Amino acid sequence: MSYFDWFREDRLPTIYCAGCGNGTVINCTLSAIDEVGWKREETVFVSGIGCSSRASGYIAADSLHTTHGRALAFATGVKLANPDLNIVVFTGDGDLAAIGGNHFIHACRRNIDLTVVCMNNQIYGMTGGQGSPTTPRGALSTTTPYGAAEQPFDLAELAIAAGANYVSRWTSYHVKELTKSVRAGLETPGFSMIEVMTQCPTNYGRRNKFKQVADQIEYMKTHAMLRKKYDTLLEKGEPIPEGAIVIGEFARRSRPAMGVRRAA
Amino acid sequence: MTRTEFWQGNIACAEGALAAGCTFFGGYPITPSTEVAEHMAAKLPKRGGTFVQMEDEIGSIAAVIGASWTGARAMTSTSGPGFSLMMENIGFAAMTETPCVIVNIQRGGPSTGQPTMAAAGDMMQCRFGSHGDYSVIALCPASVQEMYELTVKAFNLSERFRVPVFLMADEIVGHMRERIDVPDSVERVDRVPLEKGTLPFSAGKTGVPGFPAFGKGYGVHVTGLTHDERGYPCATSPKLHEELVLRLVRKVEDARHEIADYEIVNPDAEQVFISYGAPARSVGQVLHDLGNENVGHLRLKTVWPFPEGILRKFPDAKEFLVPELNLGQIAREIERYVDQPVKQLPKLGGDLHTPAELKAALGGLK
Ligand SMILES: Cc1ncc(C[n+]2csc(CCOP(=O)(O)OP(=O)(O)O)c2C)c(N)n1
Ligand SMILES: [Mg+2]
Repeated sequence: MSYFDWFREDRLPTIYCAGCGNGTVINCTLSAIDEVGWKREETVFVSGIGCSSRASGYIAADSLHTTHGRALAFATGVKLANPDLNIVVFTGDGDLAAIGGNHFIHACRRNIDLTVVCMNNQIYGMTGGQGSPTTPRGALSTTTPYGAAEQPFDLAELAIAAGANYVSRWTSYHVKELTKSVRAGLETPGFSMIEVMTQCPTNYGRRNKFKQVADQIEYMKTHAMLRKKYDTLLEKGEPIPEGAIVIGEFARRSRPAMGVRRAA
Repeated sequence: MTRTEFWQGNIACAEGALAAGCTFFGGYPITPSTEVAEHMAAKLPKRGGTFVQMEDEIGSIAAVIGASWTGARAMTSTSGPGFSLMMENIGFAAMTETPCVIVNIQRGGPSTGQPTMAAAGDMMQCRFGSHGDYSVIALCPASVQEMYELTVKAFNLSERFRVPVFLMADEIVGHMRERIDVPDSVERVDRVPLEKGTLPFSAGKTGVPGFPAFGKGYGVHVTGLTHDERGYPCATSPKLHEELVLRLVRKVEDARHEIADYEIVNPDAEQVFISYGAPARSVGQVLHDLGNENVGHLRLKTVWPFPEGILRKFPDAKEFLVPELNLGQIAREIERYVDQPVKQLPKLGGDLHTPAELKAALGGLK
């Protein structure tokens, strides 16, 4: 099989705008699932509401497209009721960290055995580009017309602090690394969170000096900094370049987890 | 065979759920419903089931719906504030036709109100609380025995009709202790599995589609968006939306007389009490004290879908009297269907109507 066999072909094309990063993230996720050899009838995709959360509807497997912010609470029920099912949750920055913030930290705390792929476009894409809890300070959105005044969340750090077993951050530019990281998340028992910085040309890029889709991808490529390098700079007291996107695997541990598949 | 126990209403509810085959409970503590959760926490793990205390009631009902899609019989219990939090996902359950049981041990509201006092102020909320048009089933127990029996029934109805079913109890019935006859086994109706080759949301004559449980190879997409028979989102077709919503409503409303559960005393009476939940007990006392057939009683065990046809079972009725622990939520529903005067007997604050109050309400006509 290849990742393409997982698509619900009669639902294509997707609703995504030209240049959207979500398709890349879905491809990488499905490639990783295909690599680990999960069976379609044992895999459930759960999502909330948003462009990113529409992903579950394009996959030919059992899928639950729920309410805004609540995907992890629904997924908790699915997994605890049947631990033999593999669960992947697709979500966005607003879905996961604003309205769903409480479910997010508690799912991490429970360390429930599922894999979250969060498409962080730093904006509310679906509703037309309002500010989200990850919108960088100063960025323009329809609800921050003078620049975002609030401090954004670091989703990966939040997941680590709340107890997740596997946490990483990549971007839609890092296709190979992202696929590998999703695979590691799938294979780690407990809560796995893969945060993916993705471009939203329609509602973020266009308002924030990324005239072309490629400009934002280029930005992610040139501003990405591996965690190791970031830590070294910090240690040496050297300045962190402005706009650095820290990427890499941040946590891989084996704290007690919930809902782990029963031994065959 | 039955055995006799002396149980609290909330315990009877939990035991009824276990007898009905409930294997998943997701909840969040709230007075006066907490004993249901505590009992499930103690009992479910020993039977191979799952209890999870969620981070809030939004999460509780979400987890219950998720569990139900694996085929589990799942429930939650709560009271006013938690019930309000559940509303969005209750609509999701209605839209996705997810069997689930929601127990509401009603307390005084609005807001935090009276945590330890009885009320029936959520009767309209359970019918109309989520946005959009839909239908649900609501049962109202008036005794510890019925906390058990109607919980069993709630599961069976939710499996059969694939709707959220509410056990709308109140603090009095939830916290009182009474003798109860516990049967060795109970009737069990299971959701009908989807026939392979049939579209997942194609309903056929019954109006209720077969259930494609997760993990069985159906590959079903479940969404709260308006969807076609394949389960695929299709949110801009007026015709498809209307057809879907009408089916969701009709599958329940068209079966309302079959779902109806009630008790009738003195059908030839001219004055008739209509009650549900705890006030039914005071009405029972009044009829007992009067010792004649001049006053009738219709006790509703099913409030939603409202079984208006049974109002015609009192051909000589000149007046209906409706004691409720709210400001007349169901009395107004009754007014919609009858020509006779309907006397509202609302009572707030947590105390039950006394028999003396109800007798006084009968006035000179008696
Ligand atoms: C309870 C509720 N509030 C608000 C909305 C409207 N809404 C839909 S999607 C969305 C934001 C989604 O943002 P994000 O999770 O970042 O997803 P994206 O579209 O950016 O992928 C909002 C606010 C909703 N559907 N439900
Ligand atoms: Mg977003």
